[in-house]
Amino acid sequence: MYLADSRSTGSRGTEAAVVPDTPPVRRPAAVPSTVLALGAVSLITDVSSEMVTAVLPLYVVAGLGLSPLGFGLLDGINNGVGALVRLAGGHLADRGGRRHKVVAGLGYGLSALCKPLLLLAHTLPVLSAVLAVDRTGKGLRTAPRDAMISLATEPAHRGRAFGVHRAMDTTGALLGPLVAFAVLRATVDGYDAVFAVSGCVAVLGVLVLVLFVPRRIDAPADAVRRPPPPEPVRPPQLREAIGLLRRPELRRLTVCAALLGLTTVSDSFLYLLLQREGNLPAHLFPLLPLGTAACFLLLAVPLGALADRVSRRLLFLAGHGVLLLGYGLVLSPWHGVPAVIAVLVLHGTFYAATDGVLAAATAAVVPARHQGAGQALVGTGQALARFACSLAFGAAWSLWGGRTALAVTAAALAVSAVVAVFVLRGTAETPTPDEVPA
Amino acid sequence: MTRTPRLVTLLVAVLLLGAVGTGSVLYAAHRSGMRDRQQADGPTVRAGTVSLRPTAGRRLLVRNLAWGPHRDEIATVPADDPEGPRTASGVKCLRFHAAAGTGICLQAVHGALEDTYRAVVLDAHLRERHRFPAAGIPTRARVSPSGHMVAWTVFVSGDSYAGPNFSTRTAVVDTRTWAIDDNLETFHIVKDGRTYHAADTNVWGVTFADDNRFYATLATGGRTYLVRGDVTARTLTTLHRNVECPSLSPDGTRVAYKKRVKGLSPDAPWRLYVLDLRTMKETATAESRDIDDQALWADDDTLVYALPGDYGSDLWTVPADGTGTAHRLMTSAVAPAYLG
Repeated sequence: MYLADSRSTGSRGTEAAVVPDTPPVRRPAAVPSTVLALGAVSLITDVSSEMVTAVLPLYVVAGLGLSPLGFGLLDGINNGVGALVRLAGGHLADRGGRRHKVVAGLGYGLSALCKPLLLLAHTLPVLSAVLAVDRTGKGLRTAPRDAMISLATEPAHRGRAFGVHRAMDTTGALLGPLVAFAVLRATVDGYDAVFAVSGCVAVLGVLVLVLFVPRRIDAPADAVRRPPPPEPVRPPQLREAIGLLRRPELRRLTVCAALLGLTTVSDSFLYLLLQREGNLPAHLFPLLPLGTAACFLLLAVPLGALADRVSRRLLFLAGHGVLLLGYGLVLSPWHGVPAVIAVLVLHGTFYAATDGVLAAATAAVVPARHQGAGQALVGTGQALARFACSLAFGAAWSLWGGRTALAVTAAALAVSAVVAVFVLRGTAETPTPDEVPA
Repeated sequence: MTRTPRLVTLLVAVLLLGAVGTGSVLYAAHRSGMRDRQQADGPTVRAGTVSLRPTAGRRLLVRNLAWGPHRDEIATVPADDPEGPRTASGVKCLRFHAAAGTGICLQAVHGALEDTYRAVVLDAHLRERHRFPAAGIPTRARVSPSGHMVAWTVFVSGDSYAGPNFSTRTAVVDTRTWAIDDNLETFHIVKDGRTYHAADTNVWGVTFADDNRFYATLATGGRTYLVRGDVTARTLTTLHRNVECPSLSPDGTRVAYKKRVKGLSPDAPWRLYVLDLRTMKETATAESRDIDDQALWADDDTLVYALPGDYGSDLWTVPADGTGTAHRLMTSAVAPAYLG
């Protein structure tokens, strides 16, 4: 890359070619093609699903002429079911000689199937049901996908690999609404066209998975030097999957993820607070998630790579420190657009430093044959804790008001972070030596 | 499979899926093109001058939904001949209301990246006096009887902690000073006699009593309430449960509203009711279908409201006292306002 660049600049070209800036051996290993393929699948799938998410409110209000308030009332139930589905997805993927691709494919397929069904849903209950199935597909595929990323990547580079995946995923999420509104513009309120195009895009995502993600994820080339122990022929049992929590490293990680998740205010509450406390003009509200996503997108890869070099746990904890700073900023008297931007940058940094990094840290403490279940356990623990936090935060808001609720949560986050530092301190980033990690 | 057949498969799939996607877009574009052509059996719509000033006869203003070049424009018909020829103003609004020479028009602005919305205050000639950015998809709009105050409600959707969720933003503007309260949720809420705050409060459907007092819906904790609002004091006080989209009668004694009736299908949960504000007695109207609109009082005894129709929606009318039957007032119209 730099050769081509330097040649184009003329005289400096020969110099650069003779004296390279970095010796080739220190160049980071390329991101495995499986990770890129999975990233592409996520990118394409997110374009598809965010297309729907972007136009859904407009479709419901303007297209169907319905009042959508109270829509999503079943979200609590969906969340519980979603958590169970995620656990099941992770466990099923580990069974039968690693069926990660099959289970992930089912998840992506299920969501793709929902897009044409949207064309037929003309009432809120039916629409909610279709979206619930869509989300079930998402729950099913998450753990197997993260397991495949772990299995395909050399352990030392997993942070960066997950960073690349999350960046591609977020790119899709940012592109989706643009595609959706382009279609809507071309068709003048052609919501059916948006759903049809979204369905085509979703099918393409499934196809890329089928064609370009190997059925059996081979360990990366470097790992061949140290041959893995023969895998037991017997598929992992459910009891074993639950028994994963007896592993001290995984237990500690799950406890910390859940503990910190319990004090992580959901995005929607944070945005609501930013708007109400910061006197942000109401019409800027829809832009808030974009700010977080853009920052997440930019920082996911560098922070993932940093996690590989420093320590994933350290970065995971530091990310929560950044979140704490963000809470502090919301509570501070500094208001206005620059303050809001600063909070969003901190919020995006938090995601970049924790989302893929946690998956990478999990991968390191779970044996290869349990990658799916391990990812599912930690991910579910975190998701359920965050949901519990949302319920508690909503109640606290009603009791004390939003500001006080956030101040209490910030204090709890600080305590949780200190506890997490102690829990994670001194533990090795690898599993107990009885089994070699994936 | 080796690399080449996989790439060929992908290419073929991209072409096929691209064809399906393009086809659906072209079909939808063609269909929307049809909507710009005059409907054969539709009402006559002519371009003309629409004024909010008092004229000889009483008039009804609506957003015209009949297919043709004037679709979505604010149009007027004589109040006693609603199915007669419509005069279209050239001003397009998603939601509209007018009183005493002031109009409020909620419009979509089709930007390069996505749609944004604005609330435009119109003068008696439907010219823009002032505009405000709106936070989401327009749903309700009202002008106070004096024409001094305007209010509107939009839907916003944030990604909640558990998937898509909708909430409302309601704004009130004093057109004499252009002072705006762009989120009534920040008002001091008194619920059942006590100060109340919650993250899940939503306010929508303002109907003005005068230039300071109004009624609206407050939703929180899965319930809805009729609230009395005070613009100067910035307060909302709950009065009655299970009231949505209130509409105050011209004499100020009753409120017509959507009531969520127990035992009905969740698809169609609302019926049109009238609440007497002195006795708090509820009366069901003779309209037995699900309604999802902020009703309008044609006079002290008659309600007008929109129901789904062949071209989006039609306007229907029913007596406010629970007697009589509902009948259709005009086809292909929404967002009515009476002048004069």
